[in-house]
Amino acid sequence: MAFARAAGVLSKFAVSKYPLLSGHASRSLSVSSSLAARTHVSYELKDDVAVIRLNDPTSKVNTLSVQMQSELSEVMGEIWSNGAVKSAVLISSKPGCFIAGADINMIQACKTSEEVTHLSQEGQKMFEKIEKSPIPVVAAINGSCLGGGLEFAIACQYRVATKSKKTILGTPEVMLGLLPGAGGTQRLPKMVGLPGAFDMMLTGRNIRADKAKKMGLVHQLVDPLGPGLKPAEERTIEYLEEVAVGLAKGIANKKVALTKEKGLMQKLQDTVMGLGPVKQKIYKTVSEKVQKQTKGLYPAPVKIIECIKTGVEQGREAGYLAEAENFGKLAVTPESKALIGLYQGQVICKKNRFGTPEKEVKKLAILGAGLMGAGIAQVSIDKGLNTILKDTAVEGISRGEDQVYKGLNTKVKKKALTSFERDAILSNLSAQIDYTGFDSADMVIEAVFEDINIKHKVLKEIEAIIPPHCIFASNTSALPIKDIAAASKRPEKVIGMHYFSPVDKMQLLEIITTDKTSKDTLASAVSVGLKQGKIIIVVGDGPGFYTTRCLAPMLAEAVRVLQEGTGPKKLDTLTTSFGFPVGAATLADEVGIDVAAHVAEDLGKAFGSRFGGGNVEVLKTMVENGFKGRKSGKGCFIYGKGKKEKSVNSDAEEILQKYKLSAPPSVSSDSDIQHRLVSRFVNEAVLCLQEGILTNPVEGDIGAVFGLGFPPCLGGPFRFVDSFGAEKLVSMMRRFEDVYGNQFTPCQLLLDHAKDPSKKFHK
Amino acid sequence: MASMLLNSMRTCPVSPARAVQYAARSLSTTTQLQAQVQTKSKKTLARPSVKNIVLVEGVRTPFLMSGTTYVSSFHWGLLHKTGIPKDAVDYIIYGTVIQEVKTSNVAREAALGAGFSDKIPAHTVTMACISSNQAMTSAVGMIAAGQCDAVVAGGVEFMSDVPIRHSRKMRKTMLSLNKAKTLGQRLGLIGSIRLAHLAPELPAVAEFSTAETMGHSADRLAAAFGVSRVEQDEFALRSHTLAKKAQDAGLLKDVISFKVPGRDIVSKDNGIRPSSMEQMAKLKPAFIKPHGTVTAANSSFLTDGASAVLIMSEEKALAMGYKPKAYLRDFVYVSQDPKDQLLLGPTYSTPKVLERAGLTMDDIDVFEFHEAFAGQIMANLKAMDSDWFAQTYMGRKSKVGTPPTEKFNLWGGSLSLGHPFGATGCRLVTTVAHRLQKEGGQYGLVAACAAGGQGHAMVIEAYPQ
Repeated sequence: MAFARAAGVLSKFAVSKYPLLSGHASRSLSVSSSLAARTHVSYELKDDVAVIRLNDPTSKVNTLSVQMQSELSEVMGEIWSNGAVKSAVLISSKPGCFIAGADINMIQACKTSEEVTHLSQEGQKMFEKIEKSPIPVVAAINGSCLGGGLEFAIACQYRVATKSKKTILGTPEVMLGLLPGAGGTQRLPKMVGLPGAFDMMLTGRNIRADKAKKMGLVHQLVDPLGPGLKPAEERTIEYLEEVAVGLAKGIANKKVALTKEKGLMQKLQDTVMGLGPVKQKIYKTVSEKVQKQTKGLYPAPVKIIECIKTGVEQGREAGYLAEAENFGKLAVTPESKALIGLYQGQVICKKNRFGTPEKEVKKLAILGAGLMGAGIAQVSIDKGLNTILKDTAVEGISRGEDQVYKGLNTKVKKKALTSFERDAILSNLSAQIDYTGFDSADMVIEAVFEDINIKHKVLKEIEAIIPPHCIFASNTSALPIKDIAAASKRPEKVIGMHYFSPVDKMQLLEIITTDKTSKDTLASAVSVGLKQGKIIIVVGDGPGFYTTRCLAPMLAEAVRVLQEGTGPKKLDTLTTSFGFPVGAATLADEVGIDVAAHVAEDLGKAFGSRFGGGNVEVLKTMVENGFKGRKSGKGCFIYGKGKKEKSVNSDAEEILQKYKLSAPPSVSSDSDIQHRLVSRFVNEAVLCLQEGILTNPVEGDIGAVFGLGFPPCLGGPFRFVDSFGAEKLVSMMRRFEDVYGNQFTPCQLLLDHAKDPSKKFHK
Repeated sequence: MASMLLNSMRTCPVSPARAVQYAARSLSTTTQLQAQVQTKSKKTLARPSVKNIVLVEGVRTPFLMSGTTYVSSFHWGLLHKTGIPKDAVDYIIYGTVIQEVKTSNVAREAALGAGFSDKIPAHTVTMACISSNQAMTSAVGMIAAGQCDAVVAGGVEFMSDVPIRHSRKMRKTMLSLNKAKTLGQRLGLIGSIRLAHLAPELPAVAEFSTAETMGHSADRLAAAFGVSRVEQDEFALRSHTLAKKAQDAGLLKDVISFKVPGRDIVSKDNGIRPSSMEQMAKLKPAFIKPHGTVTAANSSFLTDGASAVLIMSEEKALAMGYKPKAYLRDFVYVSQDPKDQLLLGPTYSTPKVLERAGLTMDDIDVFEFHEAFAGQIMANLKAMDSDWFAQTYMGRKSKVGTPPTEKFNLWGGSLSLGHPFGATGCRLVTTVAHRLQKEGGQYGLVAACAAGGQGHAMVIEAYPQ
């Protein structure tokens, strides 16, 4: 709505009611005749400056789609052939978005790597023309300027950006398993230097406008405006355009310099960086770092380094060729497909497909100020939700409040917040030990101890106080919601909201509905979760729901592997080298050995021998000895402050020794151990889909990757089955089944896929 | 205000307290401006249940650009010139913005030093640029409540001498030093002092909540309302031209001469400098570079000055034989977003105060708005003229309208006369009273913006001649 209005006003600029703003408006030429045919790109002349406006009418964001590119080439052609035009401004009419990147569909539509290479070369050519433009082109950036958008902007002669929080620049291609394929690997090193270019392209991180100015990525900044006679953002875009037009004229008249005089330090730095041995050292260091972090599982970073190196060492031609060819190669890798799948899935999981709730949740109450409760409070108050954090003891809320404060203060230290904003955010939090204010709460989330009796007790206490419309959400990780709801007077208002620890870092929220949960309750829970910035999957009820249920068999297997004599360190190495960001032993410590024992026992009861594997007694003995994982300082490893290298807890090893099993040699190779762990995870995930706990494979993949750290390069359990091959997986599982029994029996859906290779979870 | 950041601040051993004493004691009830024009007859705003409160007199020191005049001590001789009987006053209230730690209740020190009876209580108020407005309305409140009958309200600001603090690290060390018990501890603490500790902390004219300086916000505000550089320069030029005219015609009768010991008597505001559009166009933007529009020439400058008014209940004034200048009627305070609407106080306060008084823009004969920046005034005028703004941000059905130029700030304003933060409010009210007498109007309106995103407006009614 907002940008529809913005676009309307901008296109009417020629008849602006605002003679003050644009003395030249009356003189501007209308080009409406050619405008009619074009839908994405339009331009108008303001004196001798051509203002080119991008606006994809079919989307919330601008992307470099086929349509956008062809219209742009057309417009640029007209502008270049018009002798009266002395300079140009390139601006987006969309609020919050300059160009968000290339159109992923365009890449996905390609069948071969050659086709993608061709696409890349087309892009390179287009931007080269812009770079060699006979008139200066000023890119006026407000909002996201990412990927192809950034490559476009850096091909322009000058860049001016708003300081808006929405203005971010970056090359996130690496996160999609790709590389900047339209000249980015060649232009960026020249613009921001080798280290800066590596940092941008290998991390794909977003760069805010002020940082971009410091790096030399943009020349000039414009402050975002407040509301005037129009909404703030609309006016800000106009203002940006006015400033950019002024700059464009200045550049054309040689009054504005394109390059800043470099300081002595800068010159010195450039000279040093230009030295052959220094460059070689940089390549080497960067390559080693990439290898260490990716464990060779991600091809894109390696190719990015290759392209940059080729360009710097062998010159332009070779650089561009390497870029286009590698772009083509990367686009057809399974890693890229997996990462793109995750990206698209995540976009889907950030939408509320259950409609707008009848009553917006404005006041939230959280029971239990532990790690979870305080974490949920933190992500709620910083989005403006009034939040009550209740615990039973003063010490509890004091610790919880401290956690929230520390979480926010870290942001202050990183300059993402001001200390004033931090204090204002904290004023949304009320920590207390009684139920004051619960009578006006719209939603209560409980994060109390995982015991059905305690949950029933608080549910009854709460329901006596809260208003009838108030939703009761349980942050349980394994207890079935319908069991909790059994004690409720209004089961339609009971729902599960399973957060992941640490809440402020983990993006996933698993929402669990029972068959009694009302649609509006679900819509409300999703809307709160989205407000908290979460990626949401909605799953059916059952022991362990989806995420915990997948994790449990894998951890059971991990315990067995440990019992069979593989040390915690080795287990970690095996899992991380398979692509898990956190090793299985460390993961158990992070989750908490006590929690793991609890879950293993509960789910063991619910699912029987299929959830067997390692002996639960191992975990129980560890808990008895106080080895509860990271939170108690000891688990599989010993944790201490300031220690970088964690050491193995020898007492825990002794316990393992006590429960030692002999490792069957036929299934104990490194690769077999990896696949034993992963196949149990994957099989359980597929079973969840088969049983209807999951509604679709997309949510299954998103939940596994964002909640449990399933290897992103594999794209999630379902995409893994597709790319690895169901048949291959089934035969592997049969081999394990022969040794260990039904824990490795493939589920029916998996067997169906194995039988018919044309069946895929992702089309 | 712009020049606060541009000028390097020179220290000047003046005591703000003394300047207040000066202004306060100079409150005279004898001088009368002659009414040359017949007052238009409109209904009066007197209400049966509300006490009539009158402005008896208003005076101020000349407003001086900070750092231009070296004021070193107070001239006691002027004590006798004042017409106020020292015991006729019940209470004293002063407004100030940047406080001197030594005289944190500057009103009390000033009252004592000025020879007021030590039996008259005094307190200091602060509300950024509308501090003396707050002093006046506090006085009105006390009189209306029947607590007092005569109150001196005023404001003072001495930007030539602002307290500059030690850095936080140094303060911490010094405070620990007080507590240190042994020589060893003391030496240890002294030894911990590094060069960085010695860097002083200058007071900033920046919003605490947003860390944005006021000039920067004004520039963004002007841009948000599409106010051009030319418009701003024109308005600033108008302010200086009108101020010069008023000064030359002797209209600024609230100004009282001030003897700077060892120097000449200062009797005029010294910031009035009508320039030309060409000259002003040469200046570079002061805050947003290089494309900003707010410059040193179209901003109010750092100013030293003090002002005071004598406010009484009408009965008391008449009983004491004074001839009041004006009635102080309805007033409002407003506040809004301190980031994007920092300086829109007048836009918010004007319709509200008119509504309270039951008046419309057409009823007002004299407008005196505080001119913080030319861009701020122009932005306010545009906002007041926009139905969209009124509906979207103020929850009103329609715009309030803009004051006609021929009634607006006719004797100059803060841009030209200067703006000693704490003292401007009394100048505005006194000017309205004097202009009503001179021009024969019935109602005047004062409006001002202040840091923190606050604003104020007051309706003043002429006292029947």
